[in-house]
Amino acid sequence: MKSRAADIVVLVLGLLSAWQLLSFVVGANIVSPPATTIIRAIELLQSQSFWEHAASTGLAFGLASVIAIAGGVVGGLWLGLRRFAGDVADPILGTFYSIPKITLYPIILLVFGLSLSAKVAFGVIHGIFPIAIFTMNALRNVAPVHRKTARMLRLSPVATVATVLLPAALPEILTGIRIGFAVTLLGTLIAELFASTSGIGFALLRATDVHDVVDILALTMLLFTFAAIVNALLHFLERRIQHRD
Amino acid sequence: MSVGVAGLQVSRTAVARTALILGAFVALEVLCRVQIIDRITMIPPTEMLSSLGRILVTGRFNEDIAFTIWNTMAAIAIAVVGGFFIGALLHAVPRLRRTVEPLLSAYYAVPIFVFYPLLVVAFGVGRAALIAMGALFGIVAMVVNTMLGLDRVPAVIVKTASIMKLGPWLSLVLVRLPAAAPHLVTGVKLAVAYSVIAIVAGEFILATAGMGKRIAFGYNDFDNPTMYGMLLLLLALVMIVNGALSLWERRLHRRFGQQ
Repeated sequence: MKSRAADIVVLVLGLLSAWQLLSFVVGANIVSPPATTIIRAIELLQSQSFWEHAASTGLAFGLASVIAIAGGVVGGLWLGLRRFAGDVADPILGTFYSIPKITLYPIILLVFGLSLSAKVAFGVIHGIFPIAIFTMNALRNVAPVHRKTARMLRLSPVATVATVLLPAALPEILTGIRIGFAVTLLGTLIAELFASTSGIGFALLRATDVHDVVDILALTMLLFTFAAIVNALLHFLERRIQHRD
Repeated sequence: MSVGVAGLQVSRTAVARTALILGAFVALEVLCRVQIIDRITMIPPTEMLSSLGRILVTGRFNEDIAFTIWNTMAAIAIAVVGGFFIGALLHAVPRLRRTVEPLLSAYYAVPIFVFYPLLVVAFGVGRAALIAMGALFGIVAMVVNTMLGLDRVPAVIVKTASIMKLGPWLSLVLVRLPAAAPHLVTGVKLAVAYSVIAIVAGEFILATAGMGKRIAFGYNDFDNPTMYGMLLLLLALVMIVNGALSLWERRLHRRFGQQ
């Protein structure tokens, strides 16, 4: 544990010095030095407008995550339990997962208009496919002996899913949710970057318009920190559950 | 007999899948034709196809299409070659790898192309910024999959290389690269997907040409035939490349067996 903490310190120091070097080489007007950027990030954290944008992004991201997780897990469960439906849907889901969703954003905008629902919808179409795919595969990979045990105990279908299949598939489903979280955040931010009236992505775009490099980097740094922390927490949870027994 | 049964099952899923896709297509067509979905939102799928046909026949966007394809190929080449060597380096130095692991696993949680404006400041509006963006977005997928692939190379193969007295470079390129091939193809597939996202996104925001720019223009001008036609072309290209790589990936996995 101690060495892991040391690793993270080394990583952060390494990144900071690479950043400082880059800023020195290409010039502070293209890449602002870390010290300036960190001070700006702290200023942002104390400003009200930052938190308004963060709340706007948070709301869209939260709604999109809930819909993506609920839809992905339920859809994945259904497809995982029905061999035939799963076989039919598998390549279709894979295709939807792999196409660059960015190309679909104009359609989303035409359908939903410039609104919260467009952001949410764009987040959802990013997150729902990996979650559904991981859940479906998790269910299909449950050891046959578990299914047989459930049948032997004459569990009802609902009890089989709730007490046998779901717990057995949980680690893999969690991996799907971790990946789904990341791409949902990505989707929400992309939506804000291209067309929106509030949110962190919108603040980033505005900073871009006026070439405020310090703001761009400060916002990016805050985003990266947030994403890295959420990612690390979900990793931790995943490992805890995998080593449960 | 089991072959016959399996063959029958495969075709039954294929039939159901085709029916599902055709059904969705027809439903969309009908919804658009009876104006439940208005023309400003979406044009009927058959009109998208005929618009795509016109774009290809008249060749009026050929320059944009070539621009995007060449840039994407350049970005993928940089991401794949660079990613392979960085992955091999990290694999060779476990200490370094453990240190940067958190960075690699959080990389795709952030929309990296927020750096695109900075790249434009550095490289100007043009190919270089787009290629740099695509390479930057694709490279980490290749790094991660190279490491995974090298992890799974059986020890006996590595030992054979050292018995043959191959140096580290020859061993990497002649022995471990082919042995890790299935995972490397997975890396290439992901690098392609990520590079396309970054380049199209870049063209949406700020570019002088490209398919993404045409789509964005079409959207701004309410020119739905152009927008949907180009969209369809872009998606078709991505799906063909992705499908071909998936096929190759599966064949390699089968040949190398489960390791």
